[in-house]
Amino acid sequence: MPPPLRVAPFVVSLLLAALPAGAVPHVPSSDSVVVERLPARATDPRMRKLIELRAAWRRDPADAGAAVRLAQAYFDQSAAEGDPRYVGHAQAAIGLWWDQPDPPPSVRVMRAILLQYGHRFNEAVADLDAAVAQQPGLGEAWAWLAGIHMVQADYAQARRACRALAPLAPPLIATGCIAYVDSVTGRAQPAAAALRAALQADGGADAAQRQWVLTRLAEIEEHRGAVAPAEAAYREALGLDRSDVYLLAAYADFLLDQNRAADVLVLLKDRARADVLLLRLALAAKQAKDPAQAGWVTDLAARFAAAQARGDTTHQKEEARFALAVLGQAEHALLLAQANYALQRELADARILLEAALAARQPAAAAPVLQWMASSGVESVTLQALAARIKALR
Amino acid sequence: MRAALHHVRALLALVVLALVVHAPAQAHKPSDSYLTITVAEGAVTGRWDIALRDLDFAIGLDADGDGAITWGEVRARHAEIAAYALARLSIRADGADAPAGAGAAVQSCTIDVGAQAIDDHTDGSYSVLPLTIHCPQLPKRLTIGYRLFADLDPQHRGLLNLQAGGVARSAVLGPQAPVQSFDLNEASRLRQFLDYLRDGVWHIWIGFDHILFLLSLLLPAVLVWGGRQWRGAQTFGAAFWSVVRVVTAFTAAHSITLTLATLGYVSLPSRWVESAIAASVVLAALNNVWPVFHGRRWMVAFGFGLVHGFGFASVLVDLGLPRDALALALVGFNLGVEGGQLAIVAVFLPLAYSLRRSWFYRRLVMVGGSLVIALLAAVWLCERLFMFKVLPF
Repeated sequence: MPPPLRVAPFVVSLLLAALPAGAVPHVPSSDSVVVERLPARATDPRMRKLIELRAAWRRDPADAGAAVRLAQAYFDQSAAEGDPRYVGHAQAAIGLWWDQPDPPPSVRVMRAILLQYGHRFNEAVADLDAAVAQQPGLGEAWAWLAGIHMVQADYAQARRACRALAPLAPPLIATGCIAYVDSVTGRAQPAAAALRAALQADGGADAAQRQWVLTRLAEIEEHRGAVAPAEAAYREALGLDRSDVYLLAAYADFLLDQNRAADVLVLLKDRARADVLLLRLALAAKQAKDPAQAGWVTDLAARFAAAQARGDTTHQKEEARFALAVLGQAEHALLLAQANYALQRELADARILLEAALAARQPAAAAPVLQWMASSGVESVTLQALAARIKALR
Repeated sequence: MRAALHHVRALLALVVLALVVHAPAQAHKPSDSYLTITVAEGAVTGRWDIALRDLDFAIGLDADGDGAITWGEVRARHAEIAAYALARLSIRADGADAPAGAGAAVQSCTIDVGAQAIDDHTDGSYSVLPLTIHCPQLPKRLTIGYRLFADLDPQHRGLLNLQAGGVARSAVLGPQAPVQSFDLNEASRLRQFLDYLRDGVWHIWIGFDHILFLLSLLLPAVLVWGGRQWRGAQTFGAAFWSVVRVVTAFTAAHSITLTLATLGYVSLPSRWVESAIAASVVLAALNNVWPVFHGRRWMVAFGFGLVHGFGFASVLVDLGLPRDALALALVGFNLGVEGGQLAIVAVFLPLAYSLRRSWFYRRLVMVGGSLVIALLAAVWLCERLFMFKVLPF
C-alpha cells in the first residue's frame, strides 16, 4: 500500500543534492591532512598477493593463466569488500580477450563471471556453455551455470548444471545445489530435509560452505512460513563468524517481515556502506519511525542517482523497493520491478513485482509472476498471499 | 594433490553459487570522474574531478605506503596528475565556418590545468582540476575524446556535464563510446521542449478523469438554463465564449498549482489529490442534472482546476525533471496539456452546437451522459479513497 505522501519536491531536492556540480572544492590546511584512506595498505597480505599477481601479469599480459589468476583475485576482493571498482580491474586483466570471439575456456569462464556481474546473463551463459563444451570438467563453469539459470528461473538447465557439478564438488555443495533447485520447484520440504541431513553428515565442512547451506535452509523455511526453524537457521549461519552481505540482507528482510525493525537497526548498525544493507536500514527506520531515516534515505537516493548518472541499472530491484516502501511511488516502483523481472526471476524479484503491481493497482502487470508461480510450483506463503490479493483486485 | 585440487574446486563452486544469488553489493561506487565543460561568453572552461583512489592506482599517490593519502602526498604529484589526465582527454572545436574536412590539428583545443583542490563525493575524495580550454575558434560543435583509466578499469566512466548557451547536456564517456560529439546549437533544447509538449498532450488524452471533468463543464456550454430546463443556446458566439471562459479558467488554475507543486512550494498527499479530482468530476457532472452553478461554471472550473494541477504535477515529476531546464519542462508540459485540451474542444464544440436543440443532446447526452459520468467518477472516488480497484482504467 503506497504511503499517501507525495514526495515530489523532496525527490527533486534529493536529485539536486546528489549531483556533484556546484560543490565547493577546498584546499586542506596543511600537508599532513589525510585526504583519503585507501581500502588497504600495501603491506596487507591480500594486497601483497594482488601486487604479486599484478607483477606477474605485467611481465606477460598475453599469458592467459596469469591474467585469469589476477582477474579472479580482483573479483574475489570485490566479493569480500563489495567494492565494484575491483570488477573493473578484473576486466582490465583479461582485456586482451574481452572482445575476442573465442578465448581459451578459463578466460571464457572469467569473462562470464564479469558479464553476469553486470547482469549480462545471456552472454555469460554463452561463454560458460562454450567453456564446458570444450572442457566438461570445469566445475566452476557448471556452478556458475547453475547459479545463473536459477536467477533466470530456468530450472531444467539449473538441475542439469547441478548434476554435472556433483562429481566435481564436495557432497555438501552437491546436495546444496540440487536442494536449491528443488526448493523452488514444489519440493521445499524434502529440500530442507536433505540440507539438514547433509549438514549433519558433513560436520567437518568449512564455515563458508556451512554458511551457504544454512542460508539456503533458512530461506526455504522462511518461504514455507516456518518462522522458528528459519530464525534458528539464520542465527546458526550468522554465528559462524564470517561476514556475508547477502546473509545479513536476507535475515534483515526476515526480521522486517516479523515487524522486528529494532533488531534490524542493531544488526546492521555499522553496515551502511553497502547499498543493499543501507536499504534495509532505511526500511527498518521507517518501520520503527526512527529519526535516522531521513539521513539514510538521502544517502540511498544519492547512490541511486549516482548509478543512474553512469547508466548503471544493476540494482533495479533495490531501487524498486526504495521507491515503493520509502518514497511511496508505486508506478515508478512498478516500472523498475518490471525491468528487473525481465532479467532476474528469483523469489525476491517476484515479490517486489507483486507488491508494486498491487500498490499501483495494476493486476495485469503481475501476470508473469502468477504464471511462474503456477508453472514452477514454488512454495512461498508471502508470494501466495500477495497473489491472492492481486487476484482480488481483478 | 588430487584432494587439494578437489577442495579448491569445491570452494570455487561455493563462492560462485553464493555470488550469483547475492546481487552485487554496491558497497562502494564503481569508478567515475566528473567532467564539467562550460562554453560561455566567448570562453571555454571546465572542471574535472578525479578520484584520488583511482589516481593512486594509476600513478601511486601513497608515497609512504601507509594506506592514507595526505594532502602533501597529493600536492607533490599535482604536475603528474595533470599530465596523466590531460594525455587522456582531447577536445576539438568546430566553428560555424570551419571548412569541411579541415585537419584535426587546426580545430584541436589545448587544455591548461589550474591549481588543484580537493572535493568530496559519495565514495571518497577527488582531486579537482580546473580547466582552461583554448580553442582556435568558438565551438559550434564540440568533440570530446576520453580515455582516462581505459586500460586500468574498462568500467570507469566520465560523467560529462556540458553547459553551452544556457543548455546543459549530460553524457557518459568511456571505452563504450570513446569519442563523442555535441552540437552546441539550440536544436536539442527545442527537442527537449517538444518532448515535454508531447507528454502534456498525451497525458490529457489518456487522463480520463481530466477529460470527463472538462466535458462535464463543456456539455452545458451550448445550452442555457431557464424555466427549470435546458434550452439550446441562441448563437454560436454565446456558446463559444461560454467555452472560452471555462477552458481559460481551468487552464489558469491548473497552471498555477502545476507550477507551485513542480517547483516544490506546495505538496499535497497524492491520495487526497486523486480523490479530490474524482470528487470534482462527480460534482461537475451532477451540476448538469441539478444545476447550482449554471451561470458561473468558470468559477467551478477554476476552483477544481487548482486540484487537477496537482495531479498534472505528479505526472511531470514522474517523467523526470531536467534540473537545468525546469522552466522549459514546465512550460512545454503545460502547453501540451492546453493543446490537448483545445483539440478536444475543437472536436466537441461544433458537434455539440449542431446537436444542441435535439432531444438526444438535451436529455440523453446532457442528463444521461452526466449521470453516467457522475457514477463512474463516484467509483473512482471510492477506489482512491479506500485504496481498492474495480475499474480497469
